[in-house]
Amino acid sequence: MKLELRNIMINDIVFGECSKIQNNQLMINPKDLESIVLEDEHIAEVKFDIAKPGESTRITPVKDVLEPRFKIDSESQVFPGVASKVKTVGEGKTNVLKGMALVTSGRIVGFQEGIIDMSGPGAEYTPFSKTINLVMSAYCHEGVKPHEHEKAVRLAGIKVAKFLGELSIDVEPNEIQVFETLPLLQGIQKYPDLPKVAYVQMLQSQGLLHDTYVYGVDAKTIVPTLLYPTELMDGAIISGNCVSACDKNTTYHHQNNCVVHDLYEKHGKEINFVGVVITNENVYLADKERSSDWTAKLVEYLGVDGVIISQEGFGNPDTDLIMNCKKIEEKGIDTVIITDEYAGRDGASQSLADADPKANAVVTGGNANEVIKLPPMDKVIGHLEYVDKIAGGFNGSLEENGWITVELQAIIGATNELGFNHLSAKEY
Amino acid sequence: MKKLRVVHYINQFYAGIGGEEKADYPPEIREGLIGPGQALQAAFKEEAEIVATVICGDSYYNENMEESKSQILEMIRPYQPDIFVAGPAFNAGRYGVACGDITSHVQNELHIPGVTGMYVENPGVDLYKKEVYIIETKNSAADMRKAAPKMAKLVIKLGHHQEVGSPEEEHYIKRGLRKNYFADKRGSERAVDMLLAKLRKEKFDTEYPMPSFDRVSPSPAIKDLSQSKIAIVTSGGIVPKGNPDHIESSSASKYGTYDISQFDDLTDQDHETAHGGYDPVFANEDSDRVIPVDVLKEMEKEGMIGSLHPYFYTTTGNGTAVANAKAFATEIAIDLKNHGVDAVILTST
Repeated sequence: MKLELRNIMINDIVFGECSKIQNNQLMINPKDLESIVLEDEHIAEVKFDIAKPGESTRITPVKDVLEPRFKIDSESQVFPGVASKVKTVGEGKTNVLKGMALVTSGRIVGFQEGIIDMSGPGAEYTPFSKTINLVMSAYCHEGVKPHEHEKAVRLAGIKVAKFLGELSIDVEPNEIQVFETLPLLQGIQKYPDLPKVAYVQMLQSQGLLHDTYVYGVDAKTIVPTLLYPTELMDGAIISGNCVSACDKNTTYHHQNNCVVHDLYEKHGKEINFVGVVITNENVYLADKERSSDWTAKLVEYLGVDGVIISQEGFGNPDTDLIMNCKKIEEKGIDTVIITDEYAGRDGASQSLADADPKANAVVTGGNANEVIKLPPMDKVIGHLEYVDKIAGGFNGSLEENGWITVELQAIIGATNELGFNHLSAKEY
Repeated sequence: MKKLRVVHYINQFYAGIGGEEKADYPPEIREGLIGPGQALQAAFKEEAEIVATVICGDSYYNENMEESKSQILEMIRPYQPDIFVAGPAFNAGRYGVACGDITSHVQNELHIPGVTGMYVENPGVDLYKKEVYIIETKNSAADMRKAAPKMAKLVIKLGHHQEVGSPEEEHYIKRGLRKNYFADKRGSERAVDMLLAKLRKEKFDTEYPMPSFDRVSPSPAIKDLSQSKIAIVTSGGIVPKGNPDHIESSSASKYGTYDISQFDDLTDQDHETAHGGYDPVFANEDSDRVIPVDVLKEMEKEGMIGSLHPYFYTTTGNGTAVANAKAFATEIAIDLKNHGVDAVILTST
């Protein structure tokens, strides 16, 4: 499977009379987007704002972040099974609006929606302080239940992202990147001397607002399976969860999965990257046993020498992470796991809820309990009053002078477990 | 910068008083430096001065810890030091324990920072490394020439309240504290590099060495439920409506103890969850789903259980540090024992 990503640099976003992309500028007529969002009967009102890197702007509570993409030469389309027909993606040509992101916000659904600061100390911890953000704040009617609220905003975000991507249909890209993965046996023949490596991606599926969708299917209900890495780039996996902001994978993270990109970087040179195994993080023990057994079985069947395993969330999924690691190591296959830590505000506690000596190669996204002070911002998109309530916040987080004291947990993507950031932790 | 005032602690052997036969020597303080203080003073150059030296026999200290500590603190106080140094103790076990213990008390009670030095296998290391900076030394006094400059450097930094670097930079034994930093490469690239090293059987450094876990063996089964007092403890975050003690939705710093003697059934009028790790709808509709008060009250009436303890204990398990959870559990267990509780139903979410 071969995919051409055609990056169109977006250097500016403005509101205007019509919606178009010209000279690397995205112009939006908010009315075009409103009509898409208000198609959903649960949503009463929607507003759009623009937030740029370096501005004194805070966005909260943030639900999801998406990158507008659109496929220009195939019958399949981005976000298959959700915003487009169910048709296998990952092949052909896909336009990408690079340098921008769609951020979805509004009132809080659960406890676990986060903060994006466009400048100041908080900005260093989130990748979305570096993108020009179009912020969609969607408000549901009174009486809409939390899970209906989550779903309505999730689908609205997906549809708006697709609409924005489609604006690029006739735009020439600034840069083209090509990614190719051959069918397994051909790939192995092509690089007989390179170590074979697979990527095991664990998807948040604890349920009750902790969900992920694969081609529209709730990941709770899948058994571990195989994907070509390029399928992720076309939105095969989308986020539907309100897990702690710091280590949930937004849809943007799935589209730009950095493990996939960094494995491709060494593919054909130092390793042979054969594909992706996706698995879930269900809460029942029988599901955990089945999924970790199957994951180990699939990587054994692929005949790989090593795997990278990435996690999403913390606590309960730590058990899935360790089960996957242990069972794969027991098959004689080398593993590296990517996780983050909850070592307490002082850093003195155990970082994970489960552990095993076989997990001897760990990459950490940092201690999510570490506390940060965020100065007041001139502009707030959204609602600051939830800061005391979100995961990582505490009573008194929001001070009268506008300062916010929170754990990194409250910042979108701060301790990402795909390894999206430079943040790490070490022992002092 | 001003010249720092240092008080140094050594044992009877390094003071030249004697070996094992003098190990019961009681504490005393002398003006100026003695013995290994010379090497430290040389390393301080003009930046610090050892103004007094405390001497105490190793057996005396270890056998009379409370008393020795109090006497020594009172001896140090009038010298008003900026910083305290003990040892180094190298591989001497009782000396190591004394150095670690007195340094931690000087820090906690006199609020004066301290430094000591030990060989990594000295029993004082595991006891005190979390509280005290322990410069890593070799296992004999022959290492003093190398240990002294390392100790001196950290003494001067701490004395001036400057930021202390990593264990590698400052040569102290790791204290078990996790601290964030920005690495040169992003995490996924570090993971690919680590996997390549592992595949090639090359050396690699895991970023988080796995801890060893506590395993708790369950108590023997209860013989007669109808004579037993049962209590409920939960990490599911159930609280009286309004969360009166503001238990955090995640990373809880406290737990609550609430009276349920007046309730036969919890409803959305009186209870809810504070937990931020799951969709609260079902728990808020009926908190009995997380703590089964309704069923236990019925069992109490039917005589199936002796009684239900009138209080339940609750916190949110979501992201809560193990150290906090342990501290809550210790207090809760004492309270349960004091109330004659025989068994506990622990519920999580």
